Amino acid sequence: MAVTKKTNKQLVLDGLLSENPIFRLALSMCPAVGISSSVMNGILLGIAVLFVQVFSSCTISLLKDYIHPRIRIPTYTLVIATWVTVIDLVLAAYVPVAYKAMGIFVKLIVAFAIITMRLEVFACKNPVVPSFWDGVGMGTGFMFGMVTLGTVREFLGTGGLLGHDLIGTRPLLFFILPLAGFFCVGFIMAIFNSVEIVY
Amino acid sequence: MGAALVLLVVLAGCRTEHRFVKKVTFEKTNDIVITFAGPVDAAWAKNVDNYTVFEKEDPDILLAIKEITLTPDRTKVTLHFKNALNQSRAHTLMIKDIISEGKSQGAAVLTVKKLYLGYLFSILIGAMLIHNFVFTKYLGLCVFFGTSQKRTTAVGMGITFTIVIVFASMLSWFMYQFILKPIRLDYLQVVVFIGLVSLSVQAVDTILRKVNPALFKAFGVYLVLVIANCIILATPLILADKEYNAWESFMLSLGAGTGFLIALFLMSCVREKLELANVPPTYRGLPIAFIVAGLFALAFLGFSGMAIF
Repeated sequence: MAVTKKTNKQLVLDGLLSENPIFRLALSMCPAVGISSSVMNGILLGIAVLFVQVFSSCTISLLKDYIHPRIRIPTYTLVIATWVTVIDLVLAAYVPVAYKAMGIFVKLIVAFAIITMRLEVFACKNPVVPSFWDGVGMGTGFMFGMVTLGTVREFLGTGGLLGHDLIGTRPLLFFILPLAGFFCVGFIMAIFNSVEIVY
Repeated sequence: MGAALVLLVVLAGCRTEHRFVKKVTFEKTNDIVITFAGPVDAAWAKNVDNYTVFEKEDPDILLAIKEITLTPDRTKVTLHFKNALNQSRAHTLMIKDIISEGKSQGAAVLTVKKLYLGYLFSILIGAMLIHNFVFTKYLGLCVFFGTSQKRTTAVGMGITFTIVIVFASMLSWFMYQFILKPIRLDYLQVVVFIGLVSLSVQAVDTILRKVNPALFKAFGVYLVLVIANCIILATPLILADKEYNAWESFMLSLGAGTGFLIALFLMSCVREKLELANVPPTYRGLPIAFIVAGLFALAFLGFSGMAIF
């Protein structure tokens, strides 16, 4: 068991920048393309993923001594599915309008590779507290990615943020189209790469 | 007026087929053709007031008839409507007191529907091209970008995925319709569906290993990846949401699988060419792949709004 030596702050910062789920690890791309057309969607789905990630990480690191290694992947899936059901029902009850906008994506958090990967790589080898902070880092990293995409697309597409008009014109209406998510992710990834090449 | 409305609703509800009417079908964009068992009275047939037509779901919006034509043998009546009909919906046609050779044959309430096979086929094509899961619903992207580098990998993944998705969707459909819904556990659908998906991946793995080892050697490596694909979970959720029956579910899952195969194949062809192209260093690898996928999505936008049959 390779217990991590990183401090809690480092764990959070890793998830936010150097191991950012969307732009660096290129995992869970579906929501990044599908529903990043507004900042609000990004924040809500980000919160949902954050909660699922933190709760599943804690659950797995609590139960890690009782899970037989051969059935660990199905166990992870079931734990994630349980927490997704909880979040799904909570969102449907308290924010029905936004829940409808996100559509099927809340339920599909189960299939996001990022959560299973963090459980496999981190939570099953570390105690509860570092697992909690790792979950927080990954969840906020995902939210950061979604909000970045949402900001770029909403600002360029509608000239406003969070539904408020800022500049009065619509610079590039193209970016509000659902399929512009592909282009947007491609451009932002290229910017990340160029930063890496230059420095 | 109130009584007439109630009568209308009751009549629309019972939709009995009439013994004197052989067939009712849609034709062209705004025609309905009625075939009678015997010759009908010309003056009766040409009277617009004898026919009432509305979409089954909106009984209070009556559709206006522009003109009525009758064939020379007086057995076929064609109703021409002012506006195009939405032929994907069932329509109700009410005919007042049919008069044939001076005798009354009674009133008729008929349902006009498209051919069921055509409807099934339209579900298949819809899931494959018009609502392609990768390019118009943006699902399954991780696996899509991961396995589209080489054409052989892409085809292998696509075929494996199609087999597993049909198997898993039918299993989930059965589970949802006959177990979860009757005992009102439908809020557990996510947990149950993901379990069934893992189960069917494992089942296909075991069966393939025993039955056809050569095929297993070719496609076995992709089986692990299938479970990481959100389409395989999205399809059972959509089926549960839309309350499809067995055949419709089969067609939708087959369409989802082949749609993914088509998307993978197209993308892998482009990415093989991209290997040789002079791409700027910052765009090499995933960024350019995303932009190519965006161009494909733009092309697939051309299918939207298309209706078949």
